[in-house]
Amino acid sequence: MFIKHSRLDRLILALNSTFLILAVLMVVLPLIYVVIASFMDPSVLLNHGLSFNISDWSLEGYKKILTNPAMIRGFGNAVFYASAFAILTVMVSICAGYALSDDRLKGRSLFMTLFLITMFFGGGLVPTYLLVKNLGLLNTVWAVIIPGAVNIWNIILSRTFFKGVPKELREAANVDGASEMKIFLSVVLPLSKPIIFVLALYAFVGQWNSYFDAMIYLDNPSLHPLQLVLRSILIQNQVDPSMISDQLAMAEMKKLSEIIKYAAIVVSSLPLLVMYPFFQKYFEKGVMVGSLK
Amino acid sequence: MLAPALILTLIFKYGPMYGAIIAFKDFSPIKGIMGSEWVGLHNFEKFLSSPNFTVIFMNTLKLSLFGLILGFPVPILLALMLNQVRRAGVKKNIQLLLYAPNFISVVVVVGMLFIFLSPTGPINQLFSLITNEPIMFMSKPEYFRWIYILSDIWTGAGWASIIYVAALANVDPELHNAANLDGANLLQRIRHIDLPIIRPIMAIVFILAAGNIMSIGFEKAYLMQTATNLPTAEIIPTYVYKIGLQAGDYAYSSAVGLFNSVINVILLVTVNFIVKKLNEGEGLY
Repeated sequence: MFIKHSRLDRLILALNSTFLILAVLMVVLPLIYVVIASFMDPSVLLNHGLSFNISDWSLEGYKKILTNPAMIRGFGNAVFYASAFAILTVMVSICAGYALSDDRLKGRSLFMTLFLITMFFGGGLVPTYLLVKNLGLLNTVWAVIIPGAVNIWNIILSRTFFKGVPKELREAANVDGASEMKIFLSVVLPLSKPIIFVLALYAFVGQWNSYFDAMIYLDNPSLHPLQLVLRSILIQNQVDPSMISDQLAMAEMKKLSEIIKYAAIVVSSLPLLVMYPFFQKYFEKGVMVGSLK
Repeated sequence: MLAPALILTLIFKYGPMYGAIIAFKDFSPIKGIMGSEWVGLHNFEKFLSSPNFTVIFMNTLKLSLFGLILGFPVPILLALMLNQVRRAGVKKNIQLLLYAPNFISVVVVVGMLFIFLSPTGPINQLFSLITNEPIMFMSKPEYFRWIYILSDIWTGAGWASIIYVAALANVDPELHNAANLDGANLLQRIRHIDLPIIRPIMAIVFILAAGNIMSIGFEKAYLMQTATNLPTAEIIPTYVYKIGLQAGDYAYSSAVGLFNSVINVILLVTVNFIVKKLNEGEGLY
């Protein structure tokens, strides 16, 4: 670097750092607040706010949340939905992307147009709901997993990826007498680990964090994923009475329900937040590939 | 190999498009989609002439328009700022922190809003130094849009900056060196070197955002709605859900949804056309 900074430049750079630090604080402080609050003694939190005195801390919220059957079941359901959804999405997108990346496929642009239209235009909520209902998927796990499995963005991502795989590899395998299926399975797929990983991560996180499909398609509470359980705790204020013993007065219940909320936020968000730094470069890769058409 | 994707698309994307004809019918579940009577544009007229129409339409438009105006520049500014951080390790860590909220679910974000903005919550505890009365953030219609948009920026701006950061990383440092030798200061270099590089991406991001103006998230608005903030919080997607799936008026609800989709497509095409004119032929398509 040969850049010489004038006084004005240095002033701007100083301002730049200040604003960046402010931005980071704005993002991080609410999260830190939630984490600390989740460890607080409920009555101290309500009367005095945060305290850094260890004796004012308690694990009450976590005890309640980690022993709550709805929460545990929701967690399990979410793991299942997110994994199944990720597997299905990856399979569908990889196959379609591979086919569309091949020059020999006739009518490629027609298929692409057919897919692209759905990116900008859809039938709407009610017709989609009626369709799922008529297919008999209502109140089954399939309603959450199947309808969203085909995603144009993912197909474009994998098509772009496969276009980058040298044709010569496939041709060489062909000369060696490998069938199309064999070429795909033993030559192309092993090279596709990055794209598979990226798509699976995106699908998993997306499904883990969503509540809408489950809300409209699943009436049965035992099928509810974590986000729906959280919704009833955080937003509808329906703290399960079994979590708070009846002898407690209303005021006590209110205090406790606040702590339970904080603990629920931490318990549900922590797995992703802890894992994401390790996967950050893959997420970034996904955004990049998607942006370069 | 295309078959699974094709079949799923035909069933789950084109199927509902076919189903959308119930918007033109007096739909009765017993008679089914084909058997119901045609009523032409009756359901659309019903929506357009209902007293709700102006309010809900304007709510949708304002929420996303203001969201676009306030939210669009933030990721660009963040990226330009991050680009000035010379130490790679520091930059990486800042990015790591700025992206984090993107991985928090809508339910949790809205849950946090309710906790933080409650009359006894931390924000009101801060404000109590200035005002005596706690501010009822979540129940007053006048605050809804601000809370929605600002929390959206909090959640997504860092993540949205990735794409600009990546583009800026491709800027040849020689360009900056040369400009610096010619006496250009930092702001001039950002304006004449960095900005033109990310301009095509800005155009595409803008078109996509503008094309989605009417389809702003059901998920968040619905969760943020309270009994009293509805005058500003009711938007077309939440209205469609309520009259359709909750009240069971399928045909009318489909008409409203379809109306929304059509406006979306018109907006997308228009914005793409305008941006293309302004941006030397660079549009989305």
